[in-house]
Amino acid sequence: MEKFKTLTGIVLPLDRVNVDTDAIIPKQFLKSIKRTGFGGNLFDEWRYLDRGEPGQDCSDRPLNPEFVLNQPRYQKATILLSRANFGCGSSREHAPWALYDYGFRVLIAPSFAEIFYNNCFKNGILPIVLSENIVDRLFAEVESMPGYALTVDLENQTVTLPDQTVIPFDIDPFRKHCLLNGLDDISITLQHVQEIKAYEERKRNETPWLFQRNNE
Amino acid sequence: MMGKTLYDKLWDAHVVREDGDGVALLYIDRHLLHEVTSPQAFEGLRLAGRKPWRVESNLAVCDHNVPTTYPRNDIPDPVAKLQIDTLDRNCREFGITEFGIEDPRQGIIHIVSPEQGATLPGMTIVCGDSHTSTHGAFGALAFGIGTSEVEHVLATQCLVQKKLKNMLVRVEGQLPAGVTAKDIILAVIGKIGTSGGTGYAIEFGGETIRALSVEERMTICNMAIEAGARTGLVAVDEKTIAYLKDKPYAPTNRQWEKAVAYWTTLKSDEDASFDKVVTLDAATIAPQVTWGTSPEMVVAVDETIPDPEQEKDPEKKKGMERALTYMGLQAGTPITEIYLDKIFIGSCTNGRIEDLREAAKVVKGKKVAANIRQALVVPGSGPVKEQAEREGLDRIFRDAGFEWREPGCSMCLAMNADRLEAGERCASTSNRNFEGRQGYGGRTHLVSPAMAAAAAIAGHFTDVRRLYS
Ligand code: SF4
Repeated sequence: MEKFKTLTGIVLPLDRVNVDTDAIIPKQFLKSIKRTGFGGNLFDEWRYLDRGEPGQDCSDRPLNPEFVLNQPRYQKATILLSRANFGCGSSREHAPWALYDYGFRVLIAPSFAEIFYNNCFKNGILPIVLSENIVDRLFAEVESMPGYALTVDLENQTVTLPDQTVIPFDIDPFRKHCLLNGLDDISITLQHVQEIKAYEERKRNETPWLFQRNNE
Repeated sequence: MMGKTLYDKLWDAHVVREDGDGVALLYIDRHLLHEVTSPQAFEGLRLAGRKPWRVESNLAVCDHNVPTTYPRNDIPDPVAKLQIDTLDRNCREFGITEFGIEDPRQGIIHIVSPEQGATLPGMTIVCGDSHTSTHGAFGALAFGIGTSEVEHVLATQCLVQKKLKNMLVRVEGQLPAGVTAKDIILAVIGKIGTSGGTGYAIEFGGETIRALSVEERMTICNMAIEAGARTGLVAVDEKTIAYLKDKPYAPTNRQWEKAVAYWTTLKSDEDASFDKVVTLDAATIAPQVTWGTSPEMVVAVDETIPDPEQEKDPEKKKGMERALTYMGLQAGTPITEIYLDKIFIGSCTNGRIEDLREAAKVVKGKKVAANIRQALVVPGSGPVKEQAEREGLDRIFRDAGFEWREPGCSMCLAMNADRLEAGERCASTSNRNFEGRQGYGGRTHLVSPAMAAAAAIAGHFTDVRRLYS
């Protein structure tokens, strides 16, 4: 996983509540057995005027000019700003894969759905929870100021606005550590092999039926 | 000392090590897999040269992509076929038990696992699928995970988790005739919202829940995720135990006795305290119908479509307007005047035998209305289908004009050929009414099996309670 330390980037405002994972990446693209290549189909149903199919060349598809992702001023955005309950719905990790593949590294919203929130950290994306008030302010500023950019500093847990206002955010220390160092948490867990084995030993005595082989 | 909730008990029993701050390494007893969220995890395992930690804890089945018609293995979409073949190949390579597409036990993973007794009380159960919350109906700690976590469980049999807060949803009173478990959970979501349960494990309790069958409790826990909670729970009782007796994967003889003794302790202590308690009076719940593009956009069948002008929160108001445009509906329209194009009875929410019985009762001796282009019944698993056929339910549905299909996820998410066309309106017993969920431009109304069946006959929504009175 790529490390995340600081980022200064253009902000894309997606002014909707309850943006669900079916909207982030529609189900027909989940048939892929790879982790990459989803960026062209991010927000597919909102972004294009036709119906997307896997494996298609997206470059000559008709774009929906109304959709914010297609507006020239937000090209190259790396920070996505949205409303409450972002990422609700399914557990599909294809949603963060698509956001990452498109180029987003930071998401800001008043709240995120849990499984999605968790999945972001496994893929080098930093989801930041800020209060409704601040999110309202960011929406107002982004829309009135072309080229609007924020600076995110994970080490210091801050978001800095163009007028130098500094807004702190919370993050779980373990997740912060993994993201800062680009650590794969499987290898971290495998440092505790002895403890896992000891747990299994104990449980084999207490609840042996959980360790029986399947009746195959 | 203060008592523990059921969630606390399940959590404590699975902590391998604690890292402070409520973060722990949690041991996983049962890992369920399907074709959509596992290929990248197996690939990761292979690239790192790792093996599954405890191969027998895994159980795989293909369900999301499979055709619901004969022949089962004739999959015209090469991308879907590759995904199914990839699951077969991965399971063979790593020695994991899989119920393949032609196995009589094949079906939707959340129906298959309890049916085989692979879901047991007291277990931690995970799957790369958000509706894993279903298994909480057995007093198990069950939740959905992403693909990176699927790989993590395969490699280590553990997950790094943060402890959730405790919420109790207490439902008391007598459920009126024609009102079902599906209506209870939709009413709960309507009340607390789709992020009302975020950060909580929700235990469903109270006399109404205790009076429900195990399958009905599964419907309720299934949609805990639509209320924002990763986990739903119901305490173990004699019904849970009776359901599991003699199931293929359940323990036997002395082990069974030992297990039952433990399982009966799996309930919240009398003096346990919850961070939040929500109470519902079952007697006041009417059959529910969603009108929008989020499960919280729900009203009773005898109500009208709400007016965004009445909504004070500007964000919510915008969301309502957008939903009405997408759904092609007008504020103020009575729900019973909404006409349908398609009917879908199935999914891990309502694809079990009791659901089919409930729908068949409404359909029996009647015909699907002329304006309904397609009415599908998709049993949740091979054994559900067999049982229904033994009871003659397939005949009842077929005679009325329904199509009787093979098991799978089908039109719940339309990854196979079963789907809505743009603009089509569907009464569906599934769990999500998001834009495009059942097909590009499709319009979904979530309802109970009885309500879907009644809508099929009438051609529009109708209050199923009238058929019961
Ligand atoms: S039936 Fe629907 S909700 Fe359930 S597992 Fe399948 S796709 Fe997911």
